[in-house]
Amino acid sequence: MKVMCAMSGGVDSSVAALLLKEAGHEVVGVTMKLWGGDSDTGCCSVSDVDDARRVAQQLDIDHLVFNFGDDFDEHVVEPYVQAHANGVTPNPCIECNRSVKFARLAERAELLGFDAVATGHHAAIGRRPDGTLTLERGHDAKKDQSYVVHMLDQTQLARTLFPVGGMDKSDVRARAAEIDLRTAGKPDSQDVCFITKSDGRETFLGDRIPFRRGSVVDADGHAVGEVDAVEMVTVGQRKGLGLPGGGPKRYVVDVDVEQRLVTVGDRDDLLRPSLEVVDVTWVAEPVEGSVRVQCSAHGATRGAEISSQGPTVHVAWDEPQPRIAPGQSVVFYDDADRRVLGGGICR
Amino acid sequence: MDAAITYLDHAASTPMRAEAIEAMTPFYAGVYANPSGSHRFARRARRAIDEARDVVADVAGCRPNEVVFTGCGTESDNMAISGAVERLGGVAVCSAAEHHAVLHVVESVHGAVVGVDAYGRLDLDELERTLAAIVARGEQVSVVSVMAVNNEVGTVTDIAAAARVVRRMAPDALVHTDAVQAPCWLDLREITPHVDLLSLSAHKFGGPKGVGVLVERGGPRVAPLIIGGGQERERRSGTHNVAGIVALAEALRLTDIERDAERERLAELRDRLVAGIVDELDDVIETIPADAAVEKVAGSAHLCVGGVESEALLYLLDEADVCASAASACASGAMEPSHVLAAMGVDREVALGALRLSLGHTTTQADVDRGVDVIVAAVQRLRGHGRR
Repeated sequence: MKVMCAMSGGVDSSVAALLLKEAGHEVVGVTMKLWGGDSDTGCCSVSDVDDARRVAQQLDIDHLVFNFGDDFDEHVVEPYVQAHANGVTPNPCIECNRSVKFARLAERAELLGFDAVATGHHAAIGRRPDGTLTLERGHDAKKDQSYVVHMLDQTQLARTLFPVGGMDKSDVRARAAEIDLRTAGKPDSQDVCFITKSDGRETFLGDRIPFRRGSVVDADGHAVGEVDAVEMVTVGQRKGLGLPGGGPKRYVVDVDVEQRLVTVGDRDDLLRPSLEVVDVTWVAEPVEGSVRVQCSAHGATRGAEISSQGPTVHVAWDEPQPRIAPGQSVVFYDDADRRVLGGGICR
Repeated sequence: MDAAITYLDHAASTPMRAEAIEAMTPFYAGVYANPSGSHRFARRARRAIDEARDVVADVAGCRPNEVVFTGCGTESDNMAISGAVERLGGVAVCSAAEHHAVLHVVESVHGAVVGVDAYGRLDLDELERTLAAIVARGEQVSVVSVMAVNNEVGTVTDIAAAARVVRRMAPDALVHTDAVQAPCWLDLREITPHVDLLSLSAHKFGGPKGVGVLVERGGPRVAPLIIGGGQERERRSGTHNVAGIVALAEALRLTDIERDAERERLAELRDRLVAGIVDELDDVIETIPADAAVEKVAGSAHLCVGGVESEALLYLLDEADVCASAASACASGAMEPSHVLAAMGVDREVALGALRLSLGHTTTQADVDRGVDVIVAAVQRLRGHGRR
């Protein structure tokens, strides 16, 4: 096959390219230039592009850089900023996968005659006897990234490869070290690529949206503190609320950006019997009934019954669960907690 | 060069002339002495530089002691701008269509950027207003930098006219021209008398990479950028790139001799290339139309191809061994939307389909015909997938 391998300059995508080459595919490495501003790591900095190019040279494959900065601004950064202004907490890496990596890049790959796009994600693609493709957790449970690629449908899966999805991370590093890839010991990227550690989320957002002070109230509406920026507060948050120490642990149970009101309560106040999920996509057919539900990149799953109500999926928890911040991705897995069924955005 | 390659990217770099390679090789393993040394071996190297300087002065239309050898065109541009600001103080001014080697330097010293017309030529009225405004607020103008030939679209700017505006509005300001794209197409002797500073780069006219020239007319006009051993009469320190300087001079000498004939030959090939593409494909704009009342250099063909993106088009051309370019590449190697086209008022959507084809001394009719075939097929293939 002719495969376009998205190379971020990290070890996973480096080894992905290596494995594809070894498997006899015609491989071209591509690094996407997504963000024009400051960046510590991720997909955007010149040094990461250098790493990707040097790895490609070592593997003797072509390497290109595509500038998808406009798409990234439009589909990832702007919505991220706007969401915070509306008191919603999105996952920009998922939006990047949805709108850039598995859309814009995949379209260009198809246009240029490639059969598939490969990435270094720790997730696996399988095939059922009836031919339906499945999206499954990566082999290394600690590094599993099926959550962030949950939006892939049958058409996309048919043109996607995850070469390292069946490996432990330590084996990925070992393979890289074996042939002395320069990225073998590179640390994993963790954070949002367009936000630097030194400046942080607060500075990034503060430069782009007006922050407004907010009151912190308890369940009865009594004022108990103040926050500098109600746009920075997330449901479930425990710190940075300007509350006096020593009392019982208190969590943000609700954020009303319009009224500049942050409501806090104890852990029980955070518990909810259900949640609503919108913008749902399915890997194959829509599913109802008993599932496992994951609400953060490396969070545990909880049991629930799901049912569709028009375009919305209603999640009824088996046991009441802490409220999920609006904007977070909610991903449904099968009862064995292996296979992605679909997912969407918490309302 | 790889015989399979159809090279239509001469504005990025043109192959070295065989004579230039021959001229430079004795100075590596043979006459390797440092030309600043005091022995006879060093004097041989020194003499080669002096002779090269005479050749460059003759072709550039200046005196030999006005020629400063630098490390590249970008260094020459940097030295002109930051050296003028350091020495004279005051505001640096340039056109919005300058190469980044000028534009980013002017921006870094908080200078003023003047707009261009729809063809990329400096807007003389706006230049006048800009200079007047700087003078009116009691500030000085240190340097005004206007490129002779635009590296993306190939438009020629009337440097004499621009210089007249500067002399009238800001008599103390230096006039600099980035003439890096000029030597193959324009007689530098007609440009140099109008300016104080002029930049050249050897690899744009058949010389090697890593050597350039800054002409400083009337003696030192700007502060040096590189300080050290005092080479180039204290204007550019650093051990001379003897081989590079010798090859630069030889390439420039031949370029000057062959210029008229090459201009005629390549203009014909360029027209054949553009016609071949435009006749076969709808929705292709020649960015500087052939019938526009504007001077454009013979080797330059700039197109905006509707419904395709440069990055995708260049990939398919590359796959078919045709070398072309779009706008300038950023540090990461990604294509950035052209600041030149933006300054000319070209729609961003249109500019995303930019294709720069540039011809040079090795270009043949076979190159052009193959280029047409490959480009037409690639565009048709991309459009066949539906417009985005």
